[in-house]
Amino acid sequence: MGKQAEIIAEEKNKTEALLKVEDISLYFIQYASGLRQTELKVISNLSIEAYRGEILAVVGSSGSGKSLLAHAILGILPSNAKLDGKMEYNGQKLTQEKKEEIRGKEIAIIPQTITYLDPLMRISNQVIGCVEEKNEGLMKKLQRDIFQRYDLKPDVEKMFPHELSGGMTRRVLVSTAVISSAKLIIADEPTPGLDEKTLNETLSYFKDMANKGCAVILITHDIEAALKISNKIAVFYAGTVLEVANVEDFKNDGENLRHPYTKALWNALPQNKFQIINGQQPMPDEVIDGCIFYERCSKKNDLCSKGIPQFKKVNGGVVRCNNVS
Amino acid sequence: MLNNEKIVGFIGQKILRLISLLIVVCFVSFMLIQFSPIDPVRAYIGEMPVSEEHKAKLEEYWGVNTPPQEKFLNWAGDVLKGNFGTSLIYRMPVTDVIKERFAASLVLMAASWLFSGVLGFILGIVAGMKKGTWIDKAIKTYCYVLAATPTFWLALILLMVFSVYLGWFPIGLSVPIGVIAENVTFFDWLLRLILPALTLSLLGVAQIALFTREKLIEVLSSDYVLFAKARGEKGLDLVLRHGIRNVALPAITLQFLGFSELFGGTVLVEQVFSYPGIGQAAVAAGLRSDVPLLLGIVIVSACFVFLGNSIADIIYQFVDPRIKQQEASI
Amino acid sequence: MSTAVVTVNKGVFRGLNLRQKTFLIIGFTSLLLLTIVISSVFLGDESLQTNFGSKNLNPSPEHPFGTDWMGRDMFIRTLKGLGLSILIGAFASTISSILAIILGLLSSTGKMADSIISWLVDLFLSIPHLLLIIIISIGFGGGATGIIVGVALTHWTSLTRVVRAEIKQLKTQEYIHISINLGKSKLWIATKHILPHLIPQIFLGTILMFPHAILHEASATFLGFGLSPHEPAIGIILSESMKYLSAGYWWLAFFPGLSLLIVVLAFDMIGDNLGKIMDPRSAQE
Repeated sequence: MGKQAEIIAEEKNKTEALLKVEDISLYFIQYASGLRQTELKVISNLSIEAYRGEILAVVGSSGSGKSLLAHAILGILPSNAKLDGKMEYNGQKLTQEKKEEIRGKEIAIIPQTITYLDPLMRISNQVIGCVEEKNEGLMKKLQRDIFQRYDLKPDVEKMFPHELSGGMTRRVLVSTAVISSAKLIIADEPTPGLDEKTLNETLSYFKDMANKGCAVILITHDIEAALKISNKIAVFYAGTVLEVANVEDFKNDGENLRHPYTKALWNALPQNKFQIINGQQPMPDEVIDGCIFYERCSKKNDLCSKGIPQFKKVNGGVVRCNNVS
Repeated sequence: MLNNEKIVGFIGQKILRLISLLIVVCFVSFMLIQFSPIDPVRAYIGEMPVSEEHKAKLEEYWGVNTPPQEKFLNWAGDVLKGNFGTSLIYRMPVTDVIKERFAASLVLMAASWLFSGVLGFILGIVAGMKKGTWIDKAIKTYCYVLAATPTFWLALILLMVFSVYLGWFPIGLSVPIGVIAENVTFFDWLLRLILPALTLSLLGVAQIALFTREKLIEVLSSDYVLFAKARGEKGLDLVLRHGIRNVALPAITLQFLGFSELFGGTVLVEQVFSYPGIGQAAVAAGLRSDVPLLLGIVIVSACFVFLGNSIADIIYQFVDPRIKQQEASI
Repeated sequence: MSTAVVTVNKGVFRGLNLRQKTFLIIGFTSLLLLTIVISSVFLGDESLQTNFGSKNLNPSPEHPFGTDWMGRDMFIRTLKGLGLSILIGAFASTISSILAIILGLLSSTGKMADSIISWLVDLFLSIPHLLLIIIISIGFGGGATGIIVGVALTHWTSLTRVVRAEIKQLKTQEYIHISINLGKSKLWIATKHILPHLIPQIFLGTILMFPHAILHEASATFLGFGLSPHEPAIGIILSESMKYLSAGYWWLAFFPGLSLLIVVLAFDMIGDNLGKIMDPRSAQE
């Protein structure tokens, strides 16, 4: 009986999302001129889901607020930020208190650059993190194992961050997440500036993590890198997700893709049509009532300028567009 | 290997700098005093009744009629031999006066340097951690007010409160030079140290606290602290683990760079409390044209400031791992 | 995507924004300092007449700061002393600033000049500030001249560094290169392109120098190296008060020193607030 319950639970685990982000919006309160304060909306009505054993890539151009999504999930937003919407982790509501409780244990982030390492602390200390004294020996052993696995020589342990090379930094940053035995791993732009070999190597680490049952959220602007390893791609545009597509949808002319922007993104790749669409993303302080892609869309109609399109399930993916059925 | 070479080079460079600096400082100070319109004999005599004969003797002693460049060379030659001349007001060799006085001042300065450093650092950390709260505002206000407080006035106030009103400490603390070593008990000496040290400490806190606060706020808004938070570190642990580590070195460096201000403060405080230190001697020497003593004190104080700056340099170049690395890679 | 405009007013200055608040602080403190200077200049010596009938009085509504051993009103003495201190501080700071500008500009003319000036800065910083003022003051015969020269010659170092760094940074700018390529003379570039950018910095640097200059003047005078005992200086008042401390005449030292503190604090506040307005980074706060 017990065993069966376990199996059922496990089955349920596989189908239930580990992390559910529902309709979140993020504002920054800023001084405009004088004492007028404005709310700057950087993320609006964003929804994603991350499943165990899967990699979800959040793809969007640089500076569109993707990192903030990661910070919002971890609850490390600056004090002038305001977050609306719902988040659920493993079936439980993810409040700020809950985030503070589980971050570093259940959820880990792999940061973007070396500036996320304490410049005056030796690497080994940083990878192990803040642990109780009685666990220190155990963690040390674990860290050595991980370093060995990632081909980091023992003398790296005693180094300071500025002594690391680019590839080493990447592996050290990945180690910080691996050692935490977190179930949900968020990698924030892990690929820029890496050569082909290091890039593939780094991507393989994430694949590994997913294979071990972790849910991985890969935040990147590099759609090609994302396509190599991800199961699903969430297309991030001007603070929201326009479409979540399966990786299989990205092929040929992109006829299986749902949103015009996703198609445009796909066609802009050099190996495809290398076509670039006109216009640019709206700035966070622009006031837009309708679909966020309205200005640049080739299929727009009157309905699109009135109200944000609802999420629709189409062909095993979701999309926010009025013109898809 | 590389490191040894670097250290030798560093020390050599520092010594060369010190020597060239001292030569110029000696020359400039000597000439300033030499060409001063203040008549040294009159300044020395002050209100004492003196016979013409005595006065002529003094004038000869001061070499009023010797050309200045010759006087400088004579004096400089003696200094090179380690002879700083004889102090006129204390009637002792200048080296002896300085030794005794500087030792006394050093105790005072060391006590307040340490105390203000530690207290300032702690206050800065607290203020930085609690940025924007009333405790931060209180510490900041305290620091701003202290930075604007005249040292000698605070000394006077403490003297009035603790010596005159409460009577905890004697008012006239002065002890004639030469007596200090034999006739003063440790307790007497401690009693005489407390108020001056307290004055200097209270004032010294301001700069270091404000600096530490700024620096900690900067560190706390850094990426690596954000990452540490994301990994579940928080509160005091986080500040101790990342904040102190990154703030301590610059703060200590700053404290060493403050030797010059510390010396100036000592001069004022010693004057108010009649503390028999080098500052009081400097003031007496300046007011009564005790040229050999004044020049001796200038040299010692320049060395003292130089020492502080050099230690700050050493910390910067040899202790901070980031700098070490950069230098090595060049 | 939408932007909501929210106006939030908090704190004491309800209805004023931060920048207005800053201006208000600057205006208020400047007015205070100006009042002190003007009233000290216009107060004749007759207001300081000795009156042995009212000597050593405690502070009272009639004599808010008490009276001294000659029956002089301490409030008036303090006011005159502060006025003198501010004037001397202003004068010395101005000279210091001019020195700093000249040296800073000179340092940008060549490598040689630059290293000489850096060396000069190091030299002046190598002796404790107060001791240096004392020596220079002695060298120039003491008194008002001695102290003004002493303070002026010792406060230029930090501003020189600022000017030097600023010029270095400006020199890398594109438009300066274009001017050089157009064959403009060094002097032309210095006066047309570099000086206008420096003026706010120099102005702020001078204001920030004031409190230091005033404190150092008072300190040196207190020690006996500055103004002569006949002048109504704060340093003199405080050094005289030391003789009467054991008699319990606390007001002789307390109020004059406190007033000096307030004046110095006022200058600090003006400097900080001006800096806030001029610094584009903190202007958004």
